[in-house]
Amino acid sequence: MHKEFLMGNEAIAMGALAAGVHIVTGYPGTPSTEVLEAVSRRRTEQTYVEWSVNEKAAMEVAAGAAYTGARAMVTMKQVGLNVASDPLMSLAYIGVKGGMVVMVADDPGPISSQTEQDTRTFAAYSKLPLFDPSSVQEAYDMVQEAFEFSEKYATPVILRSTTRVCHGYADIDVKEQEQYSLTCPEGFVKSPNWVIFPKLSFAAHRRIEARNIEIGTEFSRYSRNLVIPASGICEGKRLGIATHGISFSYTMENLDKDNMPKLMKVTTPFPFPEDLAVSFLDGLDEVLCIEELDPVIERALTYVCGKYQLRVRIRGKLTGDIPSAGENTVESVAAALEQFLELPFSHNNSIDILDAPSLPSRPPVLCAGCPHRAAFYAVKCAVKGRKALYSGDIGCYTLGNAAPLDTTDTCLCMGAGITLAQGIGRMEPDTVCFSFTGDSTFFASGMTGIVNAFYNQANMTAIILDNSTTAMTGHQPHPGTGRTMMGEIVQKVSIEKILRAIGLETVETVDPLNLSAAIETVRHVSGKPGVKAIIFQSPCVAIIKPARAASISPDNCINCKKCIRELGCPGIVLENGKPVIDSTLCTGCGLCAQICPVHAIWGGAEHE
Amino acid sequence: MSKNVLLCGVGGQGTILASKLMAAAAMDKGIHVLSAETIGMAQRGGSVTSHVRMGDNLYSPLIGRGQADIILGFEPGEVVRTLPFLKKGGLVTVSTRPVRPVTGSLTGTDYTGLEMINYIKSKVEHVITVDAVRASADLGSSKVLNVVLLGTAISSGMLDIDKNDIKKAILKKIPTKFQELNLHAIDYMQSHSFR
Repeated sequence: MHKEFLMGNEAIAMGALAAGVHIVTGYPGTPSTEVLEAVSRRRTEQTYVEWSVNEKAAMEVAAGAAYTGARAMVTMKQVGLNVASDPLMSLAYIGVKGGMVVMVADDPGPISSQTEQDTRTFAAYSKLPLFDPSSVQEAYDMVQEAFEFSEKYATPVILRSTTRVCHGYADIDVKEQEQYSLTCPEGFVKSPNWVIFPKLSFAAHRRIEARNIEIGTEFSRYSRNLVIPASGICEGKRLGIATHGISFSYTMENLDKDNMPKLMKVTTPFPFPEDLAVSFLDGLDEVLCIEELDPVIERALTYVCGKYQLRVRIRGKLTGDIPSAGENTVESVAAALEQFLELPFSHNNSIDILDAPSLPSRPPVLCAGCPHRAAFYAVKCAVKGRKALYSGDIGCYTLGNAAPLDTTDTCLCMGAGITLAQGIGRMEPDTVCFSFTGDSTFFASGMTGIVNAFYNQANMTAIILDNSTTAMTGHQPHPGTGRTMMGEIVQKVSIEKILRAIGLETVETVDPLNLSAAIETVRHVSGKPGVKAIIFQSPCVAIIKPARAASISPDNCINCKKCIRELGCPGIVLENGKPVIDSTLCTGCGLCAQICPVHAIWGGAEHE
Repeated sequence: MSKNVLLCGVGGQGTILASKLMAAAAMDKGIHVLSAETIGMAQRGGSVTSHVRMGDNLYSPLIGRGQADIILGFEPGEVVRTLPFLKKGGLVTVSTRPVRPVTGSLTGTDYTGLEMINYIKSKVEHVITVDAVRASADLGSSKVLNVVLLGTAISSGMLDIDKNDIKKAILKKIPTKFQELNLHAIDYMQSHSFR
C-alpha cells in the first residue's frame, strides 16, 4: 500500500485495475469521463480500454467480454445510462460470468446535464444491485468489492457516484501492482443461457426476485452499510438520521462526534438492507432522510415501517424537510439537522455580500476563436430575413444559444437535433430547418437520424460541426480522429462518405472561418430540396497552435462595435469605450477581421 | 487542527495547479488533504473555485460557508463572490488585475476591479493585495500568478506549510523547464511586497 492524491474518478479507475479488470469501455460525459482516461493512463498490460461510439455500444462490448469470464467495467454519465438501458435491462436477465461493473456518474444540481435522474432508482427498475460510495477512499475500495459481488451472483452490478465524489480529491491508500488480483478468463462457453427468449426471461425473472431478497439480507451484513449508535446529549432523543453518498460526508462534517444522533448510512440502496433498517428504526420516533436526487431511502424506510408495523415517522424530501431538487451542501444539511435535532449549530457567521457592487457575470461562452461561432454566424447571415429553425444538440455548440449568436432553438438529448428538426419541419413546411450536430455526437447517435430524414423524405439541412475532437468533455478521440485509447493510429471514419453512402446528393465541406465561402455554401445548399448536409470543418482551438493574434487599428476603427455586437467573442473587450483585442485570448481566427466594415482589424489568419 | 484554503478565479488562470502544489506539500508532511474543484460548463472564462482542506477529521471535500481560513483570489470580483466562505478573522490574498467578462463588452459596463478591492477591504480586516501585472513584469512571465499568490499566502504564516515545502512540491509537480521560474517566484514573494 502507498498513498496517492487521487480524484474520485481516478480512484475508481485504480480500484478497477487493482481488481484485475480486463476491459474498460465507455462514452465520455461529465462527471464520469476521468475514470476511463485514468484507466488508459495507469493500465497494466492485461487491460484493454476503448471509448466506444456511444454508451449502448460500450455496454455491449463490456458485456460480451464478461460473457468470457473477463472482468469488465463500463463508464458513463447518468443520461448515458438511458442510451445503454436497452442492453442493460436484458443483460440483467442474462447475467454475466466475469465480474461486470456498470459505473454511472450522477449529477445533482444538475451542473452539466439535462436531467437530475437518480441511478439508484434505475437500479430498482433494472433489479440490479447498486453501490453508492461516500468518499474517494470508499470508491476505491468499493469498486473492488463490487466485482466480487458481481461474480458471486453472476450479475452486472452498478457503481454509481455523484459529482462531488467523482471530482473530489483525497490522499488515499492504494495497492501496489503486485497486490492486484489477476485472473485468466476461461473463455466463452456456448450455452442456451446466452440467448434471451421469453421462456428463459420468465425463469430468470423468478430467479432474480428470489436472489435479490438474498442479496438484501447479505447487504444488511455488508460493512459499508452502517448504523452508528446515538451518543452524548443525543442518547435520549428518539431521533435518527438516514443518509448516503456525499450527503453522509456533509452530515458527518456537521455533527459533533461525541454527541451523535443514531445514524444509518445506506451504501447499497438496492436491494435494500431491510434487516439493518429494522434494527436502526428500533427505539426511534422520527427519522430524517438526507438524500440527493430521488427520495430512495425515504421510500424504502417508509415501506419497512409499513411492512413491520413500526410507528416511526419518516421525513425527508416527500415531507418537505429536504429540498426536492438540486444539490445538498454542507450548509443545507446543517440547516436541516439544526431544525430536526433542535440543536444550535455554531457556524452561521459568514460574510454577507448583499451590498456588494454588481459582480461581473461569467456565463459559459464559446471560446475566443471557436470555429462554431463562425459556423453559427455564417448560417445566420445566409438566411437573414427568412423563417429559420436552428435545432441544436449536446456539446460545446449548445452555447450557440447565447447572445448575440442566438442560434440554438432546441436542445434535448444526444442526436435529437436532427430528428426534432424533421418533426418541426413536418408541421411548419415554410420554415428553413437546420440541425447542428458535433462530430462525436454524429457518430454517437446522429447517423440514424440522417437515415430517418433521407428515407422519410424530410426537407432540412443537416450541419455537422466537425472540430476533430470531443471538445466539451476534454478532447477524447472518436472514430473521425483516427486515434484510439490504446494509442493506435487507425483509419479515420469519414463523415462525408457516410452521408453520401446514405444517399445524400448534396454534401458540402467548408471552413467556417472563411466567412464568405461559408455563407455562400449555406445559401446555395439550403435552397435545394430534400435532405442535404454541410460539414463545417475546422479544428477546436484548444487542440491547435493559435495563429498570430489580431489587433484593431485605433486610427481606422469607427467604434461601430459591430465585432462585439454580432460575434460576442471573449477576445474582444472594451477599453475606454473602444473595442480592443485581448492578445492573450485571441487565436487569430480572423472572423472579426472579415466582418469589420472599415477593415480596421488586421493580423491573424488569412482566409481569402 | 485543520486549514481550509479556497482558491478562486477565472477558468484558465491556474487555480488548479496552485491547489495541487498545496496538496502535494501538505501530503509530504503527512497532513491529510481533501480537495475539490467546481468546474462548470465553461472551459475558459467561467468562475472557478478550488477547495483545499488540510488536517484531520475531514469529511466534505468542499469548504462550508464561513469556514475558509484563507481565500487565494486570482481575480477581484471572484473574491467578492466567494467572501461568504471566509472565516471571521480569515485572510484574503487577492490579485488586483480584473478579468473582464464578455457580457461586459456587450453591455458596455466598465468593470475595473478597483471597486471590488475596496469592497473586500471594507469587509475583511486582513487583506493582502498583489499587483499581478507588476509581479509578472518583474518575473518575466504572466504564467506564474498562481505561484506568486501561493508565495504570498505562505509568507503570511497562516498555512501549516512553508516556503521549502512548496519548493519541494514544485520540483515534483512542475515540468523541469518551468521549475526555475516558479522557484524564483516563491523566493521573490518572500522579499517583495505588493500591498
